[in-house]
Amino acid sequence: MRIKLSVNGGEHALDMEPRTTLLDALRDHLKLTGAHAGCEHGVCGACTVLLDGVAVRSCLIFAPQAEGSAITTIEGVTPGPGELSPIQDVFCETHGMQCGYCTPAMILTAHALLAGNPEPTRDDIVEAISGNICRCTGYAQIVEAIALAAERMRGANRPMELRK
Amino acid sequence: MKAAPFAYSRPASVDEACALLAGDEGARLIAGGQSLVPMMAMRLARPTHLIDIARNASLSYVREDKGAVAIGACTRQCVLERDALVAKRVPLLARAIPCIGHAATRARGTIGGSLAHADPAAELALIAITLDAAITYRAGGADGELTARDFFAGLMVTNLPVGACLTAVRFPVWHGERIGVGFHEVNARRSDFAFVSAAAQVELDGDGKAKRIAIGVGAATDSPIRLESAEQQLTGGALDEKKVTEAVRAALADIEPLADLHASAEYRRRAAVSLAARAVADAKTNALGSKAHAH
Amino acid sequence: MSESHFRYVASNRRVREDRRFVAGKGQYVADIDLPETRHVALVTCPHAAARIKSIDKRAALKMPGVHYILDGAELAAATVPLMTGLDTPNVPRRPLALEIARYSGEWVAAVVADTRALAEDAAEEVNVDYEPLPFVLDAEQALEKASPLVHEAHGSNVLLDKTFVWGEVDKDFAEAPHKLKLRVKWGRSATVPIETFGVVASWDPWRDMLDVWASIQMPRFPDQVGAALKLPVSSVRLHHDVDVGGSYGVKRGIKHTVLCGYLARRLGFPVRLIEDRLENMRGGDAHGPERLFDVEVAYDDNGIVRSMKMRALENVGAYAGRSPFQLGKPIGSIVGPYKIKSVQYRAVAVVTNKTTQEAVRGFGQGPTNVALERMMDEVAHALGLDPLEVRRRNLIRAEEFPYTIPSGTAYDSGDYETVIAKVLADTPYEALKKQRDALRAQGQLAGIGIAACLEPSGGNASFEALLNPKITTSTFMDSCRINVDGAGTITATMHTTSSGQGHETLVGTVIGEVLQVDPELVRVMRPDSLTSLPSGTPVGSRMAIMLGGAAFHAAQKLKTKLTTIAAHDLGIPFDRAVYEQGYVYDRNAPQNRRTWADLVTIAHRNMHRMPPGFEPGLAETHIYPVPNGGKLPTADGRVQMYPCFSFEFHLVLLVIDPDLGLPRILRYRLGHDCGTQINPKIVRGMTMGGIAHGIGAALFEEFAYNDEGQLIAQSFMDYLLPSAHEVPAVKIIDHETPSPLTVLGQKGSGESGYLGAPAAMANAINDALRPLGISLNTLPLKVSKLGDMIADAHAKAGK
Repeated sequence: MRIKLSVNGGEHALDMEPRTTLLDALRDHLKLTGAHAGCEHGVCGACTVLLDGVAVRSCLIFAPQAEGSAITTIEGVTPGPGELSPIQDVFCETHGMQCGYCTPAMILTAHALLAGNPEPTRDDIVEAISGNICRCTGYAQIVEAIALAAERMRGANRPMELRK
Repeated sequence: MKAAPFAYSRPASVDEACALLAGDEGARLIAGGQSLVPMMAMRLARPTHLIDIARNASLSYVREDKGAVAIGACTRQCVLERDALVAKRVPLLARAIPCIGHAATRARGTIGGSLAHADPAAELALIAITLDAAITYRAGGADGELTARDFFAGLMVTNLPVGACLTAVRFPVWHGERIGVGFHEVNARRSDFAFVSAAAQVELDGDGKAKRIAIGVGAATDSPIRLESAEQQLTGGALDEKKVTEAVRAALADIEPLADLHASAEYRRRAAVSLAARAVADAKTNALGSKAHAH
Repeated sequence: MSESHFRYVASNRRVREDRRFVAGKGQYVADIDLPETRHVALVTCPHAAARIKSIDKRAALKMPGVHYILDGAELAAATVPLMTGLDTPNVPRRPLALEIARYSGEWVAAVVADTRALAEDAAEEVNVDYEPLPFVLDAEQALEKASPLVHEAHGSNVLLDKTFVWGEVDKDFAEAPHKLKLRVKWGRSATVPIETFGVVASWDPWRDMLDVWASIQMPRFPDQVGAALKLPVSSVRLHHDVDVGGSYGVKRGIKHTVLCGYLARRLGFPVRLIEDRLENMRGGDAHGPERLFDVEVAYDDNGIVRSMKMRALENVGAYAGRSPFQLGKPIGSIVGPYKIKSVQYRAVAVVTNKTTQEAVRGFGQGPTNVALERMMDEVAHALGLDPLEVRRRNLIRAEEFPYTIPSGTAYDSGDYETVIAKVLADTPYEALKKQRDALRAQGQLAGIGIAACLEPSGGNASFEALLNPKITTSTFMDSCRINVDGAGTITATMHTTSSGQGHETLVGTVIGEVLQVDPELVRVMRPDSLTSLPSGTPVGSRMAIMLGGAAFHAAQKLKTKLTTIAAHDLGIPFDRAVYEQGYVYDRNAPQNRRTWADLVTIAHRNMHRMPPGFEPGLAETHIYPVPNGGKLPTADGRVQMYPCFSFEFHLVLLVIDPDLGLPRILRYRLGHDCGTQINPKIVRGMTMGGIAHGIGAALFEEFAYNDEGQLIAQSFMDYLLPSAHEVPAVKIIDHETPSPLTVLGQKGSGESGYLGAPAAMANAINDALRPLGISLNTLPLKVSKLGDMIADAHAKAGK
């Protein structure tokens, strides 16, 4: 089946079986390997991408269902080769990761949270990432990263822009 | 965990969707997919044909309709979470929705999809039962309607006719000055499927007595239930804690609770009593508070 | 934390690995994309035990995209059984079941197809004719004479039954005024990384080389793959530059790699197996210890524990590789931080028809700490003493180090009292007790849990020789090679994979410290296994000690060489030459100096200026043996195990909803002493992660089976991992008692938090239940079980 996906501002027409999940379409067909498979049944959140700016589980969406939506992956919020966005930089600052497997998902979830709530409380942050399981960090330095990102972005006085 | 192969269609109308359903025994509707896709990944569900109705505009709305709030079946849970009409007119629904799964699943999951899936622990099923919602469907070119009680047939089973597409859910609105709601669930982790859940809505009269009360319990049995004997007993009373607990305990004495890896049957029974009592207490407090807010 | 006398060590440097992870540019095994790769899906046995009568592949072979279907008979004929740890030749372990499948989920056949989805489609069409057999699931039942045998040829279900007696146990028990018995059960759980195990194997017939990319964490992996495939180990090239998405012990990957290695050679294209979550949970590298402790202590009126008897019964599952050694590692700290004088320890490992367990973070230490710490609390309660006071009376004192415990291990250093004092200065104990008592007065079930636990670190795995006398391994090492190239840039190598521990940052920091150059200037590479030096890999909380030690010494050698070259060129004696930040000057005439660039030039291009007999270039290697190691056990089973001992003191306050049995943590404090912290942010992150693992094991996680031997917790819907909601804010209070044995005073902290959190949670919950006269010593301490027990107690009390 020919499926059209809008990913990180680019249009792609791909031939794949309808049963191909959005996760597998991104990884196998578009070689965007930043989204990761952790459980393939919608619990761990490692597959998180943004669909029209909203964090969703790409393992629970078949590719044809995603036609017509704007998909953003971690590659789409990275400003350029070797460059980090403010949120990505802050995650490095607090060491809000270890193995890195859940990290793109956490960062995209942070993007979605901060786009709608520039002054999240600790509870807001915990609730926002509660659908993303991390087995390495115990979450503390991830929560600190998102709180620090919010603070820095408020200081910068402009909203985070997703790459067009 | 890749799903078994299937054909995919995105029909333009509900009738077209029903026709596709009727034409293929292995066909299934998909809206948000948050319940269906995990089952397909585990190959527990193997539709040969997926009919995607998620983007049918005719199935996505929230509006007042003859003293009820009508919600299109494919309305996303996250939309309901933010909807002002729902918050104002169906506060019990507004109270329960943030407890459904995670933000990422509410972003995709729909109200119709959740109801059709008929998981006994589903919050939406409990609210539908508690508020006597009406569920409309379309099949073979005609509309039909089931009350929530008639809709749920058992564990993961509904009485939707073969080839039917759920189209809307209508929640009756309670009109009154002192309406209050309560909702509680217990699970191992905050966002898990509940072991037991309880929902209550009360309307108090001028003396603070229960003019009307609805109590529902979910996740304890095959489908959510109403505690009708308790409702009858408590109507007209002051909803004091002891009486409430006795009434709900009596109402739950004869249920056959589910038992599984996560909770024993007796745990579910006891927790149901506790949560139902807490939900009624919250509803009462809420209702008393709402009078104060009227000024 | 005390002020650092280091330049780079002990500062919160950014972890260089993080840069690629935040951009989604890590290279995990599923990201490896070789042309012509084909995919494997497994056919698994649905029965707890069954004879495989026939495997009918015909329908499956006709499915689209299918290349091959491998069964156990073909694989067994071409390979050697996988290595085991114990001496149990009649319990062979193979990637695919041969003739008999011994657990539900065991791999019976492997389908190779163009895509994973097509392989799964075909796997469903493989028709296996099974004859179900009797099975046993419970470890105690497996010990009974009438029990079905998991491996007929072995004659029993017992893989190991060894008793050690250190000191005068019988005498100490006879003389002690009090005794107490306790049974503690650690439910089957593990650390379950979010990335499953995966491998890509590719055979090059022109170079006789098997290339392997794998999400691997284990020592001697190429050796075991080579042995099983009957290949020289120098034909197995393991690529160490694969990023591993978490492992915490479990990712052994031997059977997956032997399977794919065989298929790659047989079929002539790269073969890839990425476990899906069901394959992982049911039959992959996922399960961990399931251990039953029977502990008895002899103690006096003051709560001093004189002697201890412990039987640890481990349910290893249907086969065993290295995992039974998890009964042996705790021997190296069997008395915990206490001065218990004599110990009897009986280690029993049995097979049952459950999934094979793998190594898990701590290698058995976490479960053992639960048994020890529950026992200490019960001693306190029996005497009406405060649990913290009983700990204090039994703790080894700061001035008593190095302290040798009855089983022969010397603890290097420690100051347990100071760590505890620091925690209590932050959170006064009396105030915490008042808070608990106030909650109780309000009708809540409230409890305080403490745990004082050691983290053995350094990975001197002498438990191997202890539990299997045929093993004579006493060498545990790690390596680092540093090369300063002709342009003066520095490259160092490390010789293993990592799964998030920041080892590249560790190496850069240590080398930078020694050479007094910015660590960011030190490139760290991971050569493949054929171009690597020996490494013990990240196990046993060893890498800070071992890789840090190797990097340190290699850098020292380099610094010495640079200084020597400079001294020679300056015409001064060596002891007048001072090395500083990359250049060398004459102490007596500091204006006489050689810069880094000068020294690089001399070493690489001016042989005529080199000291006589010196090798040109600036390359130094160090292979570092484990400190305080190098010995085999004595005849009576005493041996030095790990060299360094970190300490953690947990203090928890929680409440349990009496109607719902739902625990909620109100306060969590952790005192942590792992000596010098090379990078505090890394240490803190790992400790928090360990606590999260510990909370999971204490409250939520269990690989639960039903009576038919089916794993009912086989997805994340039923195996419950703590989310951010379930891990409370924890305040960690650090103390540093350096190790005298290591290059920078560092001890390990790879297992911190996990080793003590389950014990602290178990004690807190039991303290909360104590007023009801009930206790629960089976982990996980589940909500439903707590609710049922509380309800029973209330009913009995007539409430």
